[in-house]
Amino acid sequence: MSRVDVRKTYKLYIGGEFPRSESGRSYPALDARGRVVARVAQASRKDLRDAVRHARNAQASWAARSGYNRGQILYRVAEMIEDRFETFVSQVQVTDPDRRRARREVTEAIDTIVWYAGWADKFAQIYGNLNPVAGPFFNISAPEPTGVVGIVAPQDSALLGLVSRLSAVLVSGNTAVVIASESRPMPAVTLAEVLATSDVPPGVVNILTGHTDELIPWLADHMDVNAIDAAGATPEQRRRIQEGAVHNVKRVVLDGEFGDRSPYVIAAFTETKTVWHPKGL
Amino acid sequence: MEPQTTENTEVASRKADVLAPRIEWEYVPSRESTDIVEIADRYDLFIGGEFRKPKSGKYFPTVDPATEETLAEVAEAGPDDVDAAVAAARAAFEDGWGRMPGSERAKYIFRIARMIQERSRELAVLETLDGGKPIKESRDVDLPQVAANFFYYAGWADKLEYAFPGFRPEPLGVAGQVIPWNFPLLMLAWKVAPALATGNTVVLKPAETTPLTALVFAEITAEAGLPPGVFNVVTGAGETGAAVVGHPDVDKVAFTGSTEVGKLIQSQVAGTRKRLTLELGGKAAHVIFDDAPIDQAIEGVVNGIFFNQGHVCCAGSRLFVQENIHDLFVDKLKARLATLRVGDPLDKNTDVGAINSRQQLEKIRQLVEAGVEEGAEIYQPQCELPDRGYWFVPTLFTGVSQSHRIAQEEIFGPVLSIMSFRTPAEAVEKANNTPYGLSAGVWTSKGSRILWMADRMKAGVVWANTYNKFDPASPFGGYKESGFGREGGRHGLLNYVKHAGGRP
Amino acid sequence: MTLTPTRQAILPDRLTNSTLTSFLRSVPSVDEVAVAERVASLSTRSIKRESKAHALRMAISMMDLTTLEGMDTPGKVIQMSSKAVRPDPTDPSIPSVAAVCVYPAMVPYARQAVEGTGVKVASVATYFPSGQVDIGLKVEETRQVVEAGADEIDMVINRGAFLSGDYFRVFDEIVRVKEACGDAHLKVILETGELQTLDNVRRASVLAMAAGADFIKTSTGKVSPAATLPATLVMLEAIRDFWAATGVKVGMKPAGGIRTAKDAIRYLVVLNETLGEEWMSPDWFRIGASSLLNDVLMQIRWLETGRYQSADYFTKD
Repeated sequence: MSRVDVRKTYKLYIGGEFPRSESGRSYPALDARGRVVARVAQASRKDLRDAVRHARNAQASWAARSGYNRGQILYRVAEMIEDRFETFVSQVQVTDPDRRRARREVTEAIDTIVWYAGWADKFAQIYGNLNPVAGPFFNISAPEPTGVVGIVAPQDSALLGLVSRLSAVLVSGNTAVVIASESRPMPAVTLAEVLATSDVPPGVVNILTGHTDELIPWLADHMDVNAIDAAGATPEQRRRIQEGAVHNVKRVVLDGEFGDRSPYVIAAFTETKTVWHPKGL
Repeated sequence: MEPQTTENTEVASRKADVLAPRIEWEYVPSRESTDIVEIADRYDLFIGGEFRKPKSGKYFPTVDPATEETLAEVAEAGPDDVDAAVAAARAAFEDGWGRMPGSERAKYIFRIARMIQERSRELAVLETLDGGKPIKESRDVDLPQVAANFFYYAGWADKLEYAFPGFRPEPLGVAGQVIPWNFPLLMLAWKVAPALATGNTVVLKPAETTPLTALVFAEITAEAGLPPGVFNVVTGAGETGAAVVGHPDVDKVAFTGSTEVGKLIQSQVAGTRKRLTLELGGKAAHVIFDDAPIDQAIEGVVNGIFFNQGHVCCAGSRLFVQENIHDLFVDKLKARLATLRVGDPLDKNTDVGAINSRQQLEKIRQLVEAGVEEGAEIYQPQCELPDRGYWFVPTLFTGVSQSHRIAQEEIFGPVLSIMSFRTPAEAVEKANNTPYGLSAGVWTSKGSRILWMADRMKAGVVWANTYNKFDPASPFGGYKESGFGREGGRHGLLNYVKHAGGRP
Repeated sequence: MTLTPTRQAILPDRLTNSTLTSFLRSVPSVDEVAVAERVASLSTRSIKRESKAHALRMAISMMDLTTLEGMDTPGKVIQMSSKAVRPDPTDPSIPSVAAVCVYPAMVPYARQAVEGTGVKVASVATYFPSGQVDIGLKVEETRQVVEAGADEIDMVINRGAFLSGDYFRVFDEIVRVKEACGDAHLKVILETGELQTLDNVRRASVLAMAAGADFIKTSTGKVSPAATLPATLVMLEAIRDFWAATGVKVGMKPAGGIRTAKDAIRYLVVLNETLGEEWMSPDWFRIGASSLLNDVLMQIRWLETGRYQSADYFTKD
């Protein structure tokens, strides 16, 4: 007799914990042929609210860490994904059965995290500078993280798309509330399990699975979200995000502006601070 | 607190007591175990990914300066060995290291960084055994910085296109690197990490008194799967170094050491197409204004000159104190000196370890004698030194003039020359009155004065209200006879790349 | 105001808020980053086994075993006092703590419980922890507490006055409470967590010492952060310089947040390196703590037996 396997429950990732949705709802994740492979938690507006609260609480101390430290933590995430390589491949294959393509997606995801990890203690050396102002003043500009960033993850590239958007946001010291790919939620949940065991502090990343149409308006209107990466949003959803952003002047980054790996994505989620100081006796 | 004069002589005598706390009660030696390190009897050269016997057949001893006992014998690389190492490095460069995608190179270097972290205690103990520096420093400063440098430059390997606008970087080829004995593994990291990240291959010549950690590092590169020949170690003394520098197939020479040797190397390289960076001696000015956070300034000065027994090219060896606080400052400094613990470098409580070699000890003694002869006033706290090994008591000189040898020459030991100044302009003038220009320190509570001073100090690094701070992200290097080129940070990459197809 | 002549030596001739303000400006500034580095470096000092056993016993003898809760009762205070006198009933070699520290209403019970044992009774006064009342009431409370049998008074400085720049008021209140203390020892709590900057800590230390503090103390324990190593180092340096300038020795008491034997030893290391052996006694150094004692006892037992210990084997009073 063959052994009965033990199946995983796919939950949300909020504040370092794995709750089900407070709404008690879930929705089916389908494979490429439309069969139900798992039920994943369907987050509510209250789950989103909790996620933002945790992201806010975690932000100052995440930003206060050294770039070196953040870089090492991201690198650790890459190590842990590599360690679960086959799990990720099989989950990508649920919706995209081509094994070679799935393997490429996972290796690219790992290398992309390593690439961003390296930026943690370097991007300020690219965007920061000494400004040669006239007069006896020391004047430097340096980037600082924007704050809490909402990420509407790309819908098709469930792992690579997510990690490349997420890494760019985290590397400078932002914290994130992610709305995972609605149709391909499984790799995002497994990524959450990796994050929870990779020295990423609780609350720095929060991952919600659910219906994007339901969650996006709450994210777009939230007064304590500072920026939104709309990479995975539909044109209508983008419009909704841009309209909601007005309430507290959120920065909105649209998909396709910079590609999967670019220091300019990091820059998009930073604020430049310029400091003047006199030089004299 | 304001210095207060008092008529009460009893108070004055108590003051002497309180300023020199006794510390006998608790720090009985707490020796770091050496079990973690296995030292072989004999070490060969690391060429083409394997350890090879020297063609010369010659070996030389490396000594624990704290006990004068021989730790191991190390191969002496002759011209043929250097030739083989350069050939291996050239082959590895041509075979693909130079053309490998940066992201792949990065992963090797990240691996190396991780393996250094994993073996950090072992490497720290070995560094202390071979070089004499306190375990507290090798454990808490050297090794964390070594790993951090590899992490930092690993991250640059696939981002070189962003480092310099308009510059299409290509590796130079084979880098010949000659490093000193004061921070053996850290200087290796400063040189090797950026060289590998930019796609160069390396022939490294460690100092003859401290070759062991470089050889363990070689082992690590092999375990990390670094392609053979990308990193090579040739051990030996000055002649081996000269053979590396003079080898016609070396594209880049990087040297850290004395200005004297640096000049020899500069002349040896003259007339070739080799790129050169030099990180040489220093005689840093450490300037204390009367509004400085005084107790922290004392710590800064102590750290500035007694860190690593003063074997630091950027050591704050000339102290300039504003005249109105000179006496108070010197009193506090003397009291603090009395609490320094000199002795067994493996004792976790040791602040000042062994002088690196007999030769260096002789040099320090000679310069200190010169200081006394020239009329400066010497102060050394009472301290018991071990019977064997090379030791020098932390030393202060007051009443020093700019014209004294101890104010001009690099002592490279735990010896501080103290002078006074009256105005900021005078402080700047005296601070810059030296052929060196590696580093400088300023202590004042006034930010604008820090920046005013920093603008005027002719030094590659200026520390304000701190001293001897290092970070992989921060460039380091000198003005004037302290050398040229910067190590660390984005700037550190520039020494190891050329623009594709000519001028940028 | 009555001031002892030697303490006065560092003060301006004529005391007004303005002269006191300029005097405090002459107190050296403190660099927070460098202080943090110094204490971090001292925290790596490691101590051999025998010395550690000695240091841990010394830490017990320096302890002000404290309970300062709204729910304190005579029963609680009597039980704690009994623990204070004999911290480990199974090991008579363990010394008594230095003092028990309680609220004013609990002083009579504490007095009775420790009478004749050598353990002192300390009480917080001056409307601890906020001190937000008129000075007359603070003085009155101090008198009452001393009368009730307290050997030591832990007062709070007027942080509001300090932060608003009314240094004279801070100074004057300490002087008047000191007068009210009579023979009782006065510990002056700076509440460093509220002063926030180490510059303030250093100035407040000097002010308190000049005004007559026998001890300066970091915290009430009611504000976070309570005692920290950086604040303690800065206060110890102020004590050292005050001693050098006036010949007056002042004691030091870090309090609040010191919970483990390891913490306690770190404080002793900083004390030893800054002030030396002269201060290594309960006469000059106290540790205010409520939960430290059992951890120290457990560490002593571990050193003696070589077995890591369980809290089940140590009395909780």
